[in-house]
Amino acid sequence: MTKISSLIAGLIFGLGLTISQMVNPEKVLGFLNLFGEWDPSLIFVMAGGIITFSPLYFIFKNKSKPIFAKHFITPSSNEIDKKLIIGSSLFGIGWGLVGLCPGPAVSSLAFLNTNSFIFVFFMFTGFILGNFALKKA
Amino acid sequence: MTIINFTPLSAFTGGILIGFAAFLFFVFNGRMAGISSIAANSVLEKDNKIDNILFLIGLILGPVIFSIFGGQIESKLTNSILLVVIAGLLVGVGTKIGSGCTSGHGICGISRISIRSIIATISFLITGILTVLLFGVQ
Repeated sequence: MTKISSLIAGLIFGLGLTISQMVNPEKVLGFLNLFGEWDPSLIFVMAGGIITFSPLYFIFKNKSKPIFAKHFITPSSNEIDKKLIIGSSLFGIGWGLVGLCPGPAVSSLAFLNTNSFIFVFFMFTGFILGNFALKKA
Repeated sequence: MTIINFTPLSAFTGGILIGFAAFLFFVFNGRMAGISSIAANSVLEKDNKIDNILFLIGLILGPVIFSIFGGQIESKLTNSILLVVIAGLLVGVGTKIGSGCTSGHGICGISRISIRSIIATISFLITGILTVLLFGVQ
């Protein structure tokens, strides 16, 4: 059953990215272009997501278990460390170079654009390299 | 600073759908809808492999369903293969080391009022904005 809910959640997430035009890198770069011609739309996407998810999260987080899965898996670390800041900063540079973050990158495969596939291939390569670096450290 | 192409209504509507999808994934699967983690775990972890892959397939189906119902989608990505390779690697390595991306830290983490995610979000916003400031819109 978790498979069905995964697919449906992914589909609704993908619809949200499409309707909000976050699948358009030009739109995302327009947001990051704060000191030029600025498109503030991305703030409204984040606000819509947080306003919807946050109250529901706090209502349901004390349930004993999720509806389909055996238990909740929520991030437990509270540590603000170098890995968090360096990793997030590197991610921001990549994001700012072309305007793609992981969700829209995956959704944009639907457009069958060669450069989207190249991006996703190297993003997965990056996951593997990052994982290797974390294990070495 | 001048404001252009501002689409608050479609942005907010899409955001609500993203938040609702995060809620479904939490209440049914007990997990956070952080896409970088879902994508990385689909290749790096054995647990929930099929769930992760199906979530990613759902993400790809989003624009497909939208266009089947007559929606118009615009998407413009740089033509530079070199830039796409570098950016892809940075996004992959960075989100793996930093444990999350725009969805995991930016939406799910801030929703949980996680200080860690707030710091991560500020970090990638700063470097993202600086990158566009330095290199321009590609």
